[in-house]
Amino acid sequence: MTTKYFGEPVRRREDARLVVGKGRYLDDIGADAYAAAFVRSPHAHARVVDVDVGPALDVEGLLAVYTYEDLTGPMAEPLPVLIPHPQLTHARTGYPLVKDVTRHVGEPIVMVVATDRYVAEDAAEKIAVTYEELPVVVGVDAAEAARVLVHDDVPGNIAARHHQETGDVEAALAASRHTLSFTQYVERSASMPMEGKGVHARWDDADSSLRVYSSTQASTSVRAAIAAKLQLSLEKVEVIAPDVGGGFGVKIVHPWPEELLVPMAARLLGHPVKWVEDRREHFVSSAHERQQRQEITVGYDDDGRITALDVLVWHDNGAYTPYGIIVPINTATQLLGPYDIPVYRAQVFSVYTNTVVVTPYRGAGRPQGCFAMERTMDRIAQERGLDRAEVRLRNLIQPDQFPYDWGLTFQDGRPLVYDSGNYPAMMAKLMALVDWAGFPARRAEAEARGRLLGIGMAPYVEGTGPGPYEGAHVQVLGSGKVLVSTGLTSQGQGHETVFAQLVASELGVPMEDVEVTTGDTRRFGYAVGTFASRAAVVSGNAVALAARGVREKALRIAADVLEVDASDLEIADGVVGVKGTPGATIPLRTVAVLSNPLRYAFDEAARQATQFAGTSDDSKPPVSPGDAPGLEHTDYYSPIRSTFASGAHAAVVEIDPATWEIEVVQYAVVHDCGTVVNPMIVEGQVHGGVAQGVGGALYERMAYDRDGQLLNASFMDFLMPYASEVPPVDIDHQSTPSPLNALGIKGAGEAGVIPGSAAIASAIEDAVGRRIAAMPISPSELYDLVRSPSAERVINSSPHETGAMA
Amino acid sequence: MKPAPFGYADPTSVAEALDVLAAEGDGAKVLAGGQSLIPLLSMRLAAPTALVDINRVAGLDRISASPDGVRVGALVRHAHLLASAEAAAVQPLLGRATANVAHPAIRNRGTTVGSIAHADPSGEMTAVLAVTDGSVTVARPDGSTTVGWRDLFVGPLETSLHGAAVVVDAFFPALAPRSGTAFAEIARRKGDYAVCGAAVVVTLDEDRRVAAARAAYLSVGAMPEVHDLTDAVGGKPVDSADWTAAGELARTLVDPDGDLHASADYRRLLVGALTARTLAEAAAEAERRTP
Repeated sequence: MTTKYFGEPVRRREDARLVVGKGRYLDDIGADAYAAAFVRSPHAHARVVDVDVGPALDVEGLLAVYTYEDLTGPMAEPLPVLIPHPQLTHARTGYPLVKDVTRHVGEPIVMVVATDRYVAEDAAEKIAVTYEELPVVVGVDAAEAARVLVHDDVPGNIAARHHQETGDVEAALAASRHTLSFTQYVERSASMPMEGKGVHARWDDADSSLRVYSSTQASTSVRAAIAAKLQLSLEKVEVIAPDVGGGFGVKIVHPWPEELLVPMAARLLGHPVKWVEDRREHFVSSAHERQQRQEITVGYDDDGRITALDVLVWHDNGAYTPYGIIVPINTATQLLGPYDIPVYRAQVFSVYTNTVVVTPYRGAGRPQGCFAMERTMDRIAQERGLDRAEVRLRNLIQPDQFPYDWGLTFQDGRPLVYDSGNYPAMMAKLMALVDWAGFPARRAEAEARGRLLGIGMAPYVEGTGPGPYEGAHVQVLGSGKVLVSTGLTSQGQGHETVFAQLVASELGVPMEDVEVTTGDTRRFGYAVGTFASRAAVVSGNAVALAARGVREKALRIAADVLEVDASDLEIADGVVGVKGTPGATIPLRTVAVLSNPLRYAFDEAARQATQFAGTSDDSKPPVSPGDAPGLEHTDYYSPIRSTFASGAHAAVVEIDPATWEIEVVQYAVVHDCGTVVNPMIVEGQVHGGVAQGVGGALYERMAYDRDGQLLNASFMDFLMPYASEVPPVDIDHQSTPSPLNALGIKGAGEAGVIPGSAAIASAIEDAVGRRIAAMPISPSELYDLVRSPSAERVINSSPHETGAMA
Repeated sequence: MKPAPFGYADPTSVAEALDVLAAEGDGAKVLAGGQSLIPLLSMRLAAPTALVDINRVAGLDRISASPDGVRVGALVRHAHLLASAEAAAVQPLLGRATANVAHPAIRNRGTTVGSIAHADPSGEMTAVLAVTDGSVTVARPDGSTTVGWRDLFVGPLETSLHGAAVVVDAFFPALAPRSGTAFAEIARRKGDYAVCGAAVVVTLDEDRRVAAARAAYLSVGAMPEVHDLTDAVGGKPVDSADWTAAGELARTLVDPDGDLHASADYRRLLVGALTARTLAEAAAEAERRTP
């Protein structure tokens, strides 16, 4: 019997390689490559008056210097707007190297190529750029005020006005028994993968072809972008994502300037060129996320049931909009969570500031949405004197309301329709897991120790697995090895393991025989990328379909050989056999050999498929019309729309009133991502997400000052939680399969991060009795809050006057 | 970023190290553990003309404890000092403070003397040197001198040492009779630079009354400073001393700055809280050591 793989906590097969240092990351490639370094803007907004490369020219080992003037053809045009949207009326993107005006600190102005990175940095340091400084916009409030424009031709700094509604919200609010309005803020954080970006390019002059390695989440689309920008035919460009040390969204954006400039230089210099981003570069030139101001008005009845919800979001998109308005659309559509809200309106103003671009970071607008919705629930509970859990329970969508059609459009351009879920059961599990009812006794016990204890909860619903599609190729070799490839990339999630589990299950082969390759355009050319919790949903289903295609073909060939009907056959442990008839078998590897009729016996196995081996039926051509040689199949899965995973988190915080230190002492998660392929991997995703949620709630912020300088651009001052700051996570699962795909899968990648700020803010509020309407919050800020005359914390006040929130 | 070009020397004796430093002038830096210097180089925030790596100099890796105090050589790693029972027996504050230095990997490489010579006001060992009234031995081409902590620290990340000078050891006087110490710090994340920390010593008289209480703080002010808190608790029987009052006094004596992680007011709050907490602990130890 074949071992059961699907649904089992199979150990991650990539880990042994990665944890002993045998991973092959971008910087492990091409030790002999020339190195690129960049002169980046030190100003948030400035006109580049002059670039004097003269002083750098006598640096020994300098090979080339490129400025905007050296860019030609499509390279001299702005970078693409990756996801256009009709409401993104004023999309703007930068150039690969700054043309005339730089709009944030860190924009690349000059690329230097030298024999190694040290020399390249030495030369870069000597290049003298003359700037004419321009006034700076930092933070959504300054962007809205628009006393200064980031782009001269974008009035009001407004890139997009996004608007969706399900009915007449103003009439519904007017008719509501109660209403309340409030404003709140969420700060910037960032993906911060341990490995930054990086590009290695090698030009083959004889073949006029380019091979590029990039630490990317989207190698197929990077390939297309490079081909377009460098005016190469697609088949002359291959892009490979090697082992990637984390992405979390920042590497889905493409092409980054360096992904075009490094290949350009490799081609011009006829020598491999490499650029590996350092941490400071990552802080000031890769993407950030999260900053919003939210203005919320809610109507509700005496029982705390919401009758109308009106949300206005000011979303800081940074200096450019390369990734469109995906993040604010997610906020606008996903803040609804598991609640049945009769009338809803979302309005988003996506605004330019002189800061690093804002593009999806794990959660991608949803943590902000969850924060908006859950703070609303807490306020309704306070106003009505109700238990916070009770208010939530009264507003839940019920199991008989699925599919639940909101009448809104989701970020994939498709209707926002919740496919399945069971929110009351999920909440019941959470309340049991965290012992919600028993909390008052714990609070009393803590008080006796001189500590303040608080509890908070936050459920969410996450649209996952958007299209348009993913594909997979599965091939059985004559050795018995099974090759699987997807164009979709991996950044450590465990795709190698999960895809191998799916193929081993579908095909009936041992998992050890399955080899998975992801993100290599030489192996699979069609893909979208890894983002939006979609790999298991979209690629998982494609992999299963491809494996089923192989299985079908294998059974057809084996049926001919064994002279039985294909429907009587089964495959187990890599052997095809007749059900219930021991002995009548043929190994799958032999089927693979026979699938490819041969003239030449290049090895022993191949002999069986040659023309005198007696294995072919001479009444038919060796390859039947419509058939193809080889035991392989390519298939695609294209979802009709997104699946909607759900979950609920609860946090318990303990606060020392002598120092206002905040410790998360308990963290409970109920998680529903439909059918689970590997529960251990799902739990790992939840753990990592919770860690980032804790980071966003208590530690991480991008501290821009009013001049647009990022004051904490290092791991010394940008505080991501260590393991010591992440609480143990108690997890309970619920499985409500998706009716939209054959495997019933919903995505799991981003879920863990979504409710962190909402649940922790609620818990702190519960502990100290002051309202929290801005996150993250530090002990120093909590101290300011508890001794402030106002009962409500709206603005994050930093001791250094930072501009981001001001 | 990558470091700018620099020269490198790895002398095997202090004399040789001094020769190199004398030849290089003020542009050279001594490299011991490198836990602060190497990141500064990598970010090109420091660009010394040469590094004088003293890791091959023999004899600098010793801890010697005597009844007078503990002498810690320039190559003694924090982890070594943390594990030294002999040092702890003579001056218990050393182990208590060292346990708070960053993370194990950094303690394994970073040196106690290097941390003092770096003169970071957020460093644990600078505060400990001050509150124990310690000193360093400075080797110069014309001989060695002892420099007390007050003469050593002249500003944030700045000592009075220039040119050809190598700090070859630090000396921490022994804990006096009828005395106790305590150390505590609060950091945003475990192992981070402290937002605020306190190193304290309490001494009792023969009648178990508080004779002296003094404290030095981390990340409060531009350089280490010792505050005498005896006025708030002096003469009180140890079991009825009002340590909170000492904390209140400390709050009036310090002048902290605000930064990204904490406001000046919050630091002042922590000075009060940590002072009260650590003095009580130190007093309890002093009581145990009072016959």
